[in-house]
Amino acid sequence: MTQATTQAAPSTAVSAAAARTRWLQDNGVYVAVGVLLLFNAVFTANFLTVGNFTTQLVQAAPVLIVALGMALVIGTEGVDLSVGAVMALAAAIIPLYLGAGWLMAITMALVVGVLAGAFNGFLVAKVGIQPIVATLALLVGGRGLALVIANGQLVQLRDPTFLSLGTDDVFGIPISVLIAGVLALVIAAVTNRTTFGRQLVAIGGNRKAATLAGLPVTRVLIGVYAITGVLAAIAGVLATSRLAASDPADMGLLMELSAITAVVVGGTPLTGGKVRVLGTVFGVILMQLVRATLIKHNLPDSIAQMIQAAIIVAAVYVARERR
Amino acid sequence: MTATLTKTTPTMAARTKVLQRQGAAVALVLVVAVSWLVFPRFGSLDNLRDLALQGSFLAVIAIGMTFVIITGGIDLSVGSVYALGGVLAAWGAQYGFLVALLLPLVVCGLIGLINGLLIARTNMAPFIVTLASLLFARGLLLVITDEGATTYKIASDSAFVELGRGTVFGFGYPIFIAAALALVGGMLLNRTNFGQNVFATGGAEQSAVLLGVPVAKTKVLVYTMSGTLAGLAGALTAAYLQSGVTVIGVGLELDAIAVVVIGGTLLTGGMGTVLGTVIGVGLIKVIQNVINQIGTLDSNYQSVVSGVFLLIVVVLQRILRR
Repeated sequence: MTQATTQAAPSTAVSAAAARTRWLQDNGVYVAVGVLLLFNAVFTANFLTVGNFTTQLVQAAPVLIVALGMALVIGTEGVDLSVGAVMALAAAIIPLYLGAGWLMAITMALVVGVLAGAFNGFLVAKVGIQPIVATLALLVGGRGLALVIANGQLVQLRDPTFLSLGTDDVFGIPISVLIAGVLALVIAAVTNRTTFGRQLVAIGGNRKAATLAGLPVTRVLIGVYAITGVLAAIAGVLATSRLAASDPADMGLLMELSAITAVVVGGTPLTGGKVRVLGTVFGVILMQLVRATLIKHNLPDSIAQMIQAAIIVAAVYVARERR
Repeated sequence: MTATLTKTTPTMAARTKVLQRQGAAVALVLVVAVSWLVFPRFGSLDNLRDLALQGSFLAVIAIGMTFVIITGGIDLSVGSVYALGGVLAAWGAQYGFLVALLLPLVVCGLIGLINGLLIARTNMAPFIVTLASLLFARGLLLVITDEGATTYKIASDSAFVELGRGTVFGFGYPIFIAAALALVGGMLLNRTNFGQNVFATGGAEQSAVLLGVPVAKTKVLVYTMSGTLAGLAGALTAAYLQSGVTVIGVGLELDAIAVVVIGGTLLTGGMGTVLGTVIGVGLIKVIQNVINQIGTLDSNYQSVVSGVFLLIVVVLQRILRR
């Protein structure tokens, strides 16, 4: 009897610690967002205003759209470093076709996004190159190509319908935020309710097993990277319309970092096999809140960056070794 | 499976190996030969000196990256660390030569050490850890430069400037430093136990651990090396520019990774050479130089060409390994 209890005691302690870690992995991001909101509500002037929330959401919308795609790619045990370059490509394409109407311009930008993503997917799935390297090539070359297309120049845009994308709102909700919200719902539905979503997670969990089980691994992977490409292009279009200018030099710079950070902070493991869409949404909101809090309390950019670095390490540390 | 195995006869395997190892060298010879014939200015001594000098800064960083990549890792922080090293050197130059040289080496080495400890001891993915230190190093740089508003200048008569601008037969000191480091790096990789451990760590980590290879120690060492070398490259650049420019080094990690991969080092780890990396640096710099010579092409083509080259190399590597 005593022997049994002494044996059981350490194991319960271990499992309690494991359960706590798991709980933290699953819910840490929601707690962090809650704490930050509370902190700001008490200590930050003019925080609880509609205007402020709108601003924060508008700023977070492009990151969220990119991060949704990134979550899918990371779910397949991959990563897409080219998202920022794809945003730049989308931005560079828009002024070329804006003469043929806003719809044409947006369509072409999205087509380029799909093609770029499918190309990444082809390299990863068909040729068998590591995702980091395959997408690195487009990261290096993509922005250069965007700058070549745009002659390295910033182009002011004047099409009123296109610009209204970045300025108008529906019932007080800015269009870009609305689009980001709808896309989050769509991606959540795709991952949780479709065969494609199941297959994606299965491939990320164990690609060999998925192949042996007869899943269409190549097709799913190319599809996932194409989705990520088109989402990056959408983010590029929205950011461009908000800027009222096509700026391929700066568009989406370091976006891959923000997106990966948000996904990881949101509890999607880098080892694949799991996609957390709601966690990703909150990951984006958390990083946006952190930045806003630091800015509103007059901390300089330098400190903000260093704190972001610490958050990334802490989040990955907590999330490591989970499957 | 066995059929394909028997088909890859020794000669074919050997040919594959030669192509994989010497592909970059062959490409470099071709590109240099063509440039020499087509562009009269390319072969001028001035241009070659300039080319070598430009390449030397990147080479110093890429040598460290080679070690990291052979262990199966990656170091994304080198661009920021390079910029930080430059600023620290420029700030330190007011206290004399030794401070200007040692301060960046120590601080950047420490950042590398932290990278290595986090990666080796906690099993976090190298690219995420070094991504965080990319942000951290940039943040630190902004702190010491009043948010980037201050650019520290180095007095042009200081001994430290000589390190970046001094020449032997017109060839700048950084070229010799890079060459010496490449030599030492090559020896370290191929002739020492440490080098063996680096290959073993990247080749098959689990087996290496079981065989008693000090995997964790090796990882800590390579990241420390990478950080220190990036800091040194920054210090040399600062000496050459006579100031700690705050905006340099953005995206430099990608150039470094690209030249290492183009030089035949496998990103999956376990295989690679320092000589290949040096050739990769040469190839990229010659191509950039040629694009500049054409003149009508805008400089953005450089990154397009780098990207395409990277792609060709990794696809070839992949196909040849099948």
